[in-house]
Amino acid sequence: MSDQGQQGGEHAVSGHVVPISTYLTVFILLMIGTGVTTWVAYIDLGRWNTVVALTIAVCKMILVVLFFMHVKYATGLTRVVILAGFFWLAIMITLSCADELTRTWEIVPQSWLQQTNMIIPMISRLF
Amino acid sequence: MSTAIAELQESPAESRVNYLNATYGIKSWLLTLDHKRIGLLYLGSITLMFFVGGMAAVLMRLHLTEPQGALFEPETYNKLFSTHGIIMVFFFLVPSIPATLGNFLIPLMIGARDVAFPRLNLMSWYIFITGAALALYATLSGGVDTGWTFYPPYSAAFSHTNVVAVALGVFVAGFSSILTGLNFIVTIHKMRAPGMTWFRLPLFIWALYATSLIFVLGTPVIAITLFLLGMERILHVGIFDPAVGGDPLLFQHLFWFYSHPAVYIMILPGMGVVSELITAFSRKKIFGYAFVAFSSLSIAIISFIVWGHHMFVTGQSIYAGLVFSVLSFLVAIPSAVKVFNWTATLYKGSISYEAPMLYALGFIGLFTIGGLTGLFLAALATDVHLNGTYFIVAHFHYVMVGGAVMAYMGGLHFWWPKITGRLYPDMWARIAAAIIFIGFNLTFFPQFVLGYLGMPRRYAIYPSEFQVLNVMSSAGASILGIGYVIPLIYLIWSMRYGKPAPPNPWGAKGLEWTIPSPPPTENFETIPVVTEDAYNYASGAH
Amino acid sequence: MSELAHGAHPQGFAHQFEDMDQQRDAGRLGMWVFLVTEILFFGGMFTAYTIYRALHLPAFVQGSHQLIVKFGATNTAVLIFSSLTMALAIRSAQTGRKKGTIIFWLILTWLLGAAFIGIKLRFEWYRDYLEGLIPGVQWFYNGPHAPGVKMFMCFYFFMTGLHAIHMVVGLGILTVLVIMTARNKFSAEYYQPLEISGLYWHFVDIVWIFLFPLLYLIGGRY
Repeated sequence: MSDQGQQGGEHAVSGHVVPISTYLTVFILLMIGTGVTTWVAYIDLGRWNTVVALTIAVCKMILVVLFFMHVKYATGLTRVVILAGFFWLAIMITLSCADELTRTWEIVPQSWLQQTNMIIPMISRLF
Repeated sequence: MSTAIAELQESPAESRVNYLNATYGIKSWLLTLDHKRIGLLYLGSITLMFFVGGMAAVLMRLHLTEPQGALFEPETYNKLFSTHGIIMVFFFLVPSIPATLGNFLIPLMIGARDVAFPRLNLMSWYIFITGAALALYATLSGGVDTGWTFYPPYSAAFSHTNVVAVALGVFVAGFSSILTGLNFIVTIHKMRAPGMTWFRLPLFIWALYATSLIFVLGTPVIAITLFLLGMERILHVGIFDPAVGGDPLLFQHLFWFYSHPAVYIMILPGMGVVSELITAFSRKKIFGYAFVAFSSLSIAIISFIVWGHHMFVTGQSIYAGLVFSVLSFLVAIPSAVKVFNWTATLYKGSISYEAPMLYALGFIGLFTIGGLTGLFLAALATDVHLNGTYFIVAHFHYVMVGGAVMAYMGGLHFWWPKITGRLYPDMWARIAAAIIFIGFNLTFFPQFVLGYLGMPRRYAIYPSEFQVLNVMSSAGASILGIGYVIPLIYLIWSMRYGKPAPPNPWGAKGLEWTIPSPPPTENFETIPVVTEDAYNYASGAH
Repeated sequence: MSELAHGAHPQGFAHQFEDMDQQRDAGRLGMWVFLVTEILFFGGMFTAYTIYRALHLPAFVQGSHQLIVKFGATNTAVLIFSSLTMALAIRSAQTGRKKGTIIFWLILTWLLGAAFIGIKLRFEWYRDYLEGLIPGVQWFYNGPHAPGVKMFMCFYFFMTGLHAIHMVVGLGILTVLVIMTARNKFSAEYYQPLEISGLYWHFVDIVWIFLFPLLYLIGGRY
């Protein structure tokens, strides 16, 4: 079988074939992301350093998942499985933090608005 | 169900080739890839663990007949209740229905030849017995006294017992659960027979699917938690040590993130069994199939957001306590839906009282009591009074023993003819069921009273005014013990001397009843095409 | 789904399945479910890390500064490169290349993974040992925030250690794949073990993509 063209890929007998150009593009983007993350770490952005680093990390993860792991061409069930994994991790972190970071709250929030106003500074302590 | 079912010769089991006699020799069992044989391997292992854990319970109850303790030093008593909890939770209840009945029945019920990954299935069993062997060894060579919950700082820094060895045993056994859950999820998604849509599946499958979700999502967390505890204990690095900035409650969060859903691992399969038993012995379609199916999923999902109710009095913030209390009330709703639906199924059904049905009816009553008392505990204010008392002990034994174990016994009896090709003596089975029911209530109902009156749990001695109730409980425990030994005897007896079983001794609906008892190794000669809903009993009385 | 004539089995077919499509689907779903368990497994430590970072941020900043960014960044690049070579190995099988091509990409992936471990062991962990930064084993840090720095270093070693164990398992899997390829087990019709192992390898890469900023870049390096 021949090399793939630039647009789209042909279908092999058992699965979608991703063009080499796509893989190379993703690779270069990942390397750029790594470079930017490292470079930004040496610049003082205060608490935004972590936000930038994690945002880039999430983008890199999405690129690896969609293209290297072929999720762009995968079934809905696969996506649900992946999302469930992250959602459950989020449950674990969020509800644990709901205790660990509220130990010093002297008053318990009486309303959603008050709760939100108390949570924001708490989350900013992570950065 | 396929309308064309071949004439099944009702020849005795011995003369027809089936999964039990197709190949002989110990290698054919220890290297089997047949899900039915693997189910039996598990059956043997967990029965052993059940009686080991049961021995610990017998010793505890004997000890507690005297206020100053009849038999043991407090240190030994601590090891007994820890051993009882660890073995019963991790090495009996968690694997029980899924690994035995689940392994055996899932491919049969969905019309498949085996599970998706048979080699992984066998590996799961080997991993399980490795973990069990480790835990048993650690128990016999000194035990642990931390309780099954392993809370630091005691477990990390102060206990002089085999914490790391037992934790390692549990860690290893956890991977067995994970692989079983993974296998079941893939099997149910991908290997259903043609025409077997999701909403034609037996409710036992829905329940096991929900259980498998918990296996897969929760068990890895206890694995990493026990790893961290082991590191703390070995390296003395203070992860959970407040003196160096650690938090003992972090352990509790990570521990209960798994261990609360784990209790639903223990009850959901039982609920699946009860759905099968109630329909079969009322000869009636289940009331509200979709509600029961979705309630299994809801229980599995909601179970993950309520764990903090185990930590109301250990130092959690009030805010978190509020959040977890509210969420804990939610989880009662799908359980109640099931109880209502089972009851509505019974109504105007054609009910018969064979042993499996007795267990199912017992489940409904005892699970309801256990579940309702859970609501007392979900309410922050009452939990402050009841936490750490025998009320809790009674609550969870009502759901775990009065619920899960009764369902397990009921399922074992219901599918016994299919698994072994033999009938057991029903009269003895009904007597045993009655003895278990009476013994159970006599053991654990007094404990509700004891807890409410303030008797703490995990104590080797108690004030003398509690003695009468304790003796009552211990008397009940002896009756309960006898009740469990009787089926052990007649079930083993039946394997050799029981009457050969026909393919469908109960006249029940389900693909597993369309094949011979015991089934051939390949399950189905041809994969069936499913055209009917589940539980398609003729409507109206018989 | 067609029942196959007995004897005419496609390469790699397993008999519990009805056909290769079902087997492929089941294999992929199985690996994804396994990766979800890994998300929760690492996730327990990420949870503990998040909480302690929030409660002891200055100590974690100090601890993070004990690590050398250039090694972390290099290792990140090495792993990303190895994900590319792994993807290309699978693609070679998919497109019916000679087994030599597949083996080339697999071995390159293996070497990059081994380089990752090598850099870790020789330039990071060995150095940490010499400088007394390994809690419970060799610890003589007495700079600012010592207890918190010790806590941070615990998480550093546990998280990168667990990650390294997964890498070593990955190297083992790659070795088996090279042997299987050499024995002509794969073709354009059947390359499922390669594909599934690729998912595992990329997952291990993703974990490191998060470990790098979370461990090496706390609080910035300015």
